[in-house]
Amino acid sequence: MNKTIANSLSQREFNFAYLDEQTKRMIRRALLKAIAIPGYQVPFASKEKPLPYGWGTGGIQVTASIIGREDTLKGIDQGSADTVNAVNIRKFFQKTTGVKTTENTDEATLIQTRHRIPEHPLNEGQVMVYQVPVPEPLQRLEPRGQETRRMHALGDYGLMHVKLYEDITHFGKITSTYDYPVMVDHRYLTSPSPIPKFDNPKLHQSKALHLFGAGREKRIYAIPPYTDVQSLGFEDHPFELQKWSSVCAMCGSSNTFLDELVTDDAGGHLFICSDSNHCQRTQQENQHNEN
Amino acid sequence: MYVAVKGGEKAIDNSVELLKALRRGDLGTPELDVSQITQQLRLSVAKVMNEGALYDPELAALAIKQASGDLLEACFLVRAYRSTLPRMGYTQPIDTNDMKIRRRISATFKDLPGGQLLGATYDYTQRLLDFSLLDSHEPQELEIVDGEPEPVESVIQIFNKENLLEMDLPLEGDPEPKDITREPLHFPADRPTRLQNLVRSDEGFLLGMAYSTQRGYGHTHPFAAEIRFGLVSVFIKPEELDFCIDIGDIEVTECQMINQFAGSKDIPPQFTRGYGLVFGHQERKAMAMSLVDRSLRAKELGEPVESPAQMEEFVLSHSDSLESSGFVQHLKLPHYVDFQSELELVRRLRVSAKVEHANE
Repeated sequence: MNKTIANSLSQREFNFAYLDEQTKRMIRRALLKAIAIPGYQVPFASKEKPLPYGWGTGGIQVTASIIGREDTLKGIDQGSADTVNAVNIRKFFQKTTGVKTTENTDEATLIQTRHRIPEHPLNEGQVMVYQVPVPEPLQRLEPRGQETRRMHALGDYGLMHVKLYEDITHFGKITSTYDYPVMVDHRYLTSPSPIPKFDNPKLHQSKALHLFGAGREKRIYAIPPYTDVQSLGFEDHPFELQKWSSVCAMCGSSNTFLDELVTDDAGGHLFICSDSNHCQRTQQENQHNEN
Repeated sequence: MYVAVKGGEKAIDNSVELLKALRRGDLGTPELDVSQITQQLRLSVAKVMNEGALYDPELAALAIKQASGDLLEACFLVRAYRSTLPRMGYTQPIDTNDMKIRRRISATFKDLPGGQLLGATYDYTQRLLDFSLLDSHEPQELEIVDGEPEPVESVIQIFNKENLLEMDLPLEGDPEPKDITREPLHFPADRPTRLQNLVRSDEGFLLGMAYSTQRGYGHTHPFAAEIRFGLVSVFIKPEELDFCIDIGDIEVTECQMINQFAGSKDIPPQFTRGYGLVFGHQERKAMAMSLVDRSLRAKELGEPVESPAQMEEFVLSHSDSLESSGFVQHLKLPHYVDFQSELELVRRLRVSAKVEHANE
């Protein structure tokens, strides 16, 4: 009996990109609606995937619905292509689609990312797919979805402004550092996903299409190319970027997002680029210039 | 210099190989057969079929084997497989009055038509470890006579001849139930939608929610009018035919809970009900489901919504073990970037706090 199951499963071919075509069509419809209403969260009937909820199932479903045989896929997990989540997802798509994969940002037509936007500027025709844990920017202030949907409908974002104001009175500055809320196309308050706020300006008037998938929360939203994206702030406390007092220990960059590594048990540390692809390329360029 | 930034892929491959070896365990011990699991761990199989949302004892057993006995992981394997299956159609509603009964009890009537049938249950055992099970031994043959061949009417129907219990009426207009695997959950959710969510929900979560209603968080004064377990036939009616086809029997457990209700201006005092129905023999889950179903009807019955078990968005959004397990455990994934952002902020805040302190 075991053997019959095992045989039938090994002979079974999964559909291209795992999802059946009906499900892909359902997701593409949600994507089209999302692109038509920038920043609006479109509900969709999320499917279970062979990866757990919270591990990129929304992004996987978006990628699976739009990927074609001609695409070149890049995966990013926290800036790197070689950490567990990126490896897992890249292998999943290699197995189910056989498409070309790359670590080079400018070679990729489709980039699925967890929590970073590449340092290298994106171009027209490129699609970014974000894995989103909590698509509702108001959820931590108002957990009831029925309420937050009403607030979006009315454009009533006072709750978020009060939160930012309270940050300033308690700490002297806005304390959101990642998943920093943005206004998309002057209409919808939107979560940029947990990218560091350092990456927020890359969304404004971007040449690329940005698609956001939240599998567990069953929402899809989008920022189309050349859309205004403003990070929230006040006139006297404008949105500000993170700064580091160090440069990258590997490539010397001073304008990238840096990760901190602990180097010894005496608390010694150094900083290196979070975007591993950008860091390697800068190192190669440095070497080239020296020669 | 610390450069552990590369090499993740090889480490991941090794981790998967190690897992396979540990799953098999010591090669001197015979390998677990899937049929041993379906036969001897039938209650685990039932749990995996419910929360995996797929009635297939063999695949559930395979998942349990593959998951080294981690039942939540097994539910996940079944669900992920389930989303590759095409939807051929919908069955006709099952009729539990026609159940081939293997156990049926009522806590509200001492005796009733159809009788009390104890069946097989741990309820009446003393929970003493049976050390004789440490050694394998020849089992005693027991002749099992299958359940009542005659249909046994539910207590609910009998009881209702006096109109003391609310009628179980379909929603206004008798709409087709929504399919939660095809439409995302919206709030407020109607009762069929809520019940679909509850049957897939994590048993432990549901049990905790049900228990909270018994401890004053939204009390519903419940009585277990009837719990029955047995086989029911499943029918489909293909579009091109005008008759139903019996596609086989499934095991289900059903719980009819009745609850006190004072009545209102329009309705004379009567009992209300909560309902639970699950695959396999899962009385604990069916009972918990019926308690939570009843407490989620608070708004409909004009009761104040004050306790967690009465708040449908709270209950239904947190009931699924795939969602909760996935999101809790995603904290194991790298969070270098988010953490670095927070670290940078805390350092800056501490610097400004120091400056302020010095100025004072």
